[in-house]
Amino acid sequence: MQSDEGEIGRLMRENVAWATAPDPAGSVRRATTEPPWAQALLVGGAIAFLGLFLFVPLFAVFGEALRKGIGAYAEAITQPEARSAIKLTLLTAAVVVPLNLVFGLAAAWLITRFEFRGKNLLTTLIDLPFAVSPVIAGMIYVLMFGSQGWFGEWLGAHHIRIIFAVPGIILATTFVTFPFIARELIPLMEAAGTDEEEAALTLGASGWQMFFRVTLPNVKWGLLYGLVICNARAMGEFGAVSVVSGHIRGLTNTMPLYVEILYNDYQFAASFAVASLLTLLALLTLAAKSVLGRRVARPSSEQPRPERSGKLAA
Amino acid sequence: MKERSRGPNILPGFGLTMGYTIVYLSLIALIPLSTLVLKTTGMGWERFWQVVASPRVIATYRLSIGASLAGALLNSVFGMLVAWTLVRYRFFGRAIVDALVDLPFALPTSVAGITLTAVYSTNGWIGRLLAPAGIKVAFTPLGVIVALTFVGLPFVVRTVQPVLQELEPELEEAAATLGASRLQTFRRVIGPVLLPALLTGFALAFARALGEYGSVVFISGNMPMRTEVVPLLIMTELEQFDYQAATAIALVMLLMSFGMLFLINLLQRWSAGRHAV
Repeated sequence: MQSDEGEIGRLMRENVAWATAPDPAGSVRRATTEPPWAQALLVGGAIAFLGLFLFVPLFAVFGEALRKGIGAYAEAITQPEARSAIKLTLLTAAVVVPLNLVFGLAAAWLITRFEFRGKNLLTTLIDLPFAVSPVIAGMIYVLMFGSQGWFGEWLGAHHIRIIFAVPGIILATTFVTFPFIARELIPLMEAAGTDEEEAALTLGASGWQMFFRVTLPNVKWGLLYGLVICNARAMGEFGAVSVVSGHIRGLTNTMPLYVEILYNDYQFAASFAVASLLTLLALLTLAAKSVLGRRVARPSSEQPRPERSGKLAA
Repeated sequence: MKERSRGPNILPGFGLTMGYTIVYLSLIALIPLSTLVLKTTGMGWERFWQVVASPRVIATYRLSIGASLAGALLNSVFGMLVAWTLVRYRFFGRAIVDALVDLPFALPTSVAGITLTAVYSTNGWIGRLLAPAGIKVAFTPLGVIVALTFVGLPFVVRTVQPVLQELEPELEEAAATLGASRLQTFRRVIGPVLLPALLTGFALAFARALGEYGSVVFISGNMPMRTEVVPLLIMTELEQFDYQAATAIALVMLLMSFGMLFLINLLQRWSAGRHAV
């Protein structure tokens, strides 16, 4: 055992040695990192955990999907029922994403550009779907539009179907995904400030001109990021849609629901084949996310804005 | 940015965006959610209590809360480890691992459910290895924990990671020059800084797990009193058209979720306050 002085002296020498060494990966270890064996152990532990819960299941999707060969795989995903599930999933996303895009822009503009009473409450309400179980998200529409629901009788009399039909699926998906774009835009619009928009207005731009030429370009990467995530969730929502769909084959099955139906029919390979398409979508989403995330993190690389740092100092 | 409120605001669109946001939120979320409350108040206190305190319902609360806690705890320990290795070390495939951490956000829960079931059943890739040791995962409460760990996995990593990234190296250097070992530095210097983020991540993972349906329904086996979680029981009641029972159970669950949301807000404010110093 060294004395305390000796220990401190050694640590200081190491630090100085590191600080003056031209190569940080040199032979002397920095005092603020772990020995190589500990690093290997920690990385190994992290990878083992992720392996058990992420990597092995990820590979298993494709392994199970191709278990009966590529022919069976191709057949499973081109079945008429599979095709109608893919179509309904695309349709749902095509309706829900634009709806939530407009909402996200409106809510973000309202929250970042104006002061009003109840603003905090409104911001919290936007997070509401994160706190509500998907099953409850679907159920509230059944309570409203189902045969025993508030509008059930009226809808029945007019032969309008919402529950166990496509409108219900769209409503439930909209509920589950409405926060994503708004939440992505709010911090970005807050950070962008209002100077450029006010300048545009002063120079005679109309409100919409300002919006399309100043506001949107400033947040475009973040907006795209929000769109990608919203789209992934809209295509992948299972719990909420499961409650309102009624599982009518070829009519009200989205892809995640179709995966469940095939699985419960013991058509495992077909189920995993459809699941593998959704997994590919998820992987594409993650790739887009990580590319866009980097763009959002350094938006100033394109347009240097020295005036902002000046304003901060003032 | 607060100085903006002092002068007259020349920006247009207040009325338009306010009206649109309120109408949209009301139609999509507020009015539908209020049906849940109204439906429950219509059923009377006695019936409400009879439903939500029945042994089967209590068993589902116990499993949901217990398994969600276990999953969130697992995620706290290993999420911290993952965040640490991603921020501090350079290893082969780090960027891909970093991106894949978000997979549970992006993967549909039914896909996660069938996959975890396949992997952890007794003839699955991992279940096969556990079976000789007498450990059964699929169709047991352990399987529920596995599924809830999966869905909550990104939260702790993604709350701890940015804090760890912004941590000033000077703190650790000072600790090291004062003679602290790496473990001491971690326990006394780094740990306290990370704590609020860790707790936030834990609460988020717990809240997410509490409401989870898709990934659990396949792996749990859905045995009443044993492997049934709350969202699943709500679903069962709905399928039997017992809407009153479903709404009563759902209302209790909604209150729990709102409690969590409130707690998370407090934690985030605490975390932000600590961060600003």
